[in-house]
Amino acid sequence: MHHLELQGLTLAYGKAGAAVQDLHLSVAQGELVSLLGPSGCGKTTTMRAVAGLLTPLAGRIVLAGQDITRVPANRRDIGLVFQSYALFPHLSAFENVAFGLRLRKVGVTELRERVTEALRSVGLEDFAARLPANLSGGQQQRVALARAIVLRPRLLLLDEPLSNLDAKLRVEMRAELRRLQRQLGITMLYVTHDQDEALSLSDRIVVMRAGRIEQCGTPEEVWHRPATAFVASFMGCDNVFDAAAGLPLPWPEGASHLAWRPQAVPVRAEGEIGLRGTVLARSYLGEHVEYLVQTAHGKIKGSAPASAPPWLEGAAVSIGLDVAAAAVIPPGTRT
Amino acid sequence: MNRLSRGALLMLVLALAFLVGPFVVVFLAGFSGGESLKFPPETYSWRWVRHVLEVEAFQRSLVTSLWVGFGSTFSALVLGVPVAYALSRFQVPGREWVRTALTLPLVVPGIIVGLALLNHMVLLYDLPVTASLLVGHTALLLPYTVRVVSSSLANLRVDIDDAAVTLGATRLQAFFKVVLPNIRAGVAAAFVLAFITSFNQVPVSLFLTGPGVSTLPIEMMAYMETSYDPSIAALSTLLVAFTIVLVAVTEKVLGISKYV
Repeated sequence: MHHLELQGLTLAYGKAGAAVQDLHLSVAQGELVSLLGPSGCGKTTTMRAVAGLLTPLAGRIVLAGQDITRVPANRRDIGLVFQSYALFPHLSAFENVAFGLRLRKVGVTELRERVTEALRSVGLEDFAARLPANLSGGQQQRVALARAIVLRPRLLLLDEPLSNLDAKLRVEMRAELRRLQRQLGITMLYVTHDQDEALSLSDRIVVMRAGRIEQCGTPEEVWHRPATAFVASFMGCDNVFDAAAGLPLPWPEGASHLAWRPQAVPVRAEGEIGLRGTVLARSYLGEHVEYLVQTAHGKIKGSAPASAPPWLEGAAVSIGLDVAAAAVIPPGTRT
Repeated sequence: MNRLSRGALLMLVLALAFLVGPFVVVFLAGFSGGESLKFPPETYSWRWVRHVLEVEAFQRSLVTSLWVGFGSTFSALVLGVPVAYALSRFQVPGREWVRTALTLPLVVPGIIVGLALLNHMVLLYDLPVTASLLVGHTALLLPYTVRVVSSSLANLRVDIDDAAVTLGATRLQAFFKVVLPNIRAGVAAAFVLAFITSFNQVPVSLFLTGPGVSTLPIEMMAYMETSYDPSIAALSTLLVAFTIVLVAVTEKVLGISKYV
């Protein structure tokens, strides 16, 4: 039984053309699904429509078997964590979390218990009295999360919740989000443009582009078997070629594109393997070194272990393109 | 900070003298002991300050001024805050036209606004004087309240209203529980500015006041036409003191200066 279903959702802002076209998506109870894509792909628009902040032009939103397309946002029981946190600046952390409970006229004792419990679950029980302005970015983020989960929403939407945090905190919060999601068994729709975040958090990833779904699958599927050239390049395959590129290798039957991540393309000394090329740029990444190499078939990004002798710009090298290491993209995909 | 050059210092002193000078003259003249308005006075006393407090026409017109001031300020806020909110948050059709229309009373000379209001409210609808003063001042103050509250709203994140709604609030509740508490200082600033504007207003009031009902500034002008004693200077001093106290207190409590 699907918990959330989006059926043929078409959305637009103002007079501009449709931002999201005929979108179909099902999310199971307790599942964490990410909407992943570049900015402007319609992921945040989709989320706002699910929250009820935007009325669809067409299509239905069904939550737990009930059509909520016309239910006002304040009666949907759907939590939303904003990218900017959107905490109420005049209320303490405690009162921010208590806001929804007070609207629901929850009794004093229960209210205090639930708010304290929610703040404890995000590790902020000692900061209850602070105003948002006196909390760090990470702490504000946690208050925003506590404010949403204290209401035990039927669905929790998160709009790039970690994008304003520094890198280290972001990784910590990722793990914490995942733990909370498991612990509470809460269904989550998670909007992000960061593929690492989507990969590490999600049960399923929905890759979007220009208001449509490009691929929907587990992190492994999206990573290893990108359905389109766009997904491949968005998931880090910097080398995407179609048959017309004339690569000197046996082109697999029925493949529309082949895609390689730089890590899957070895760079060696001149003449050792496959394609000849000249180094255009190198960047040291710790474990390995990435090279941008000019070849007869275009620019290709490859890598070599950091222990290999460094090639400078202009050096002649050879690179290996191996079909077995490539992601094979099936035909019939839109470009 | 750089040191002030001698020329700049001179300019500063001149500008201050220009701003504060007239007030010093009025202030000293108000404490004159003599019979006529004169600067510098020959003797000093509280005589005229006491006198103005006893003139019945001043008392009556002060009451009218306070009534009209508070009433029109209140109305201009009740109308202006929702207008500012709508302009800042929703896609109002013809938003720029509304904005321009709202600045008109600031641009059009008071005499013309007064004449227009006289035509309409007094001659056409036959409103009583106090009521037409209230309506006229409200129209005059609306641009102030809308502008000041708008700039206060501009500092507030848009999505806190949406956040309140997803937590279960209606749009109206979101406004009162989340938006309004966060623009308190801006509303207070609008209140003070609008009240002072109404309280000091002459051209529009000139047209709308009638027999027996007058605002304080109009009464003061009328008084000066018949008598040339230091009363007006004394009264002006009291009014300036009142205004300064009002602004100082609200600034101290709410820090309003950033919105005006």
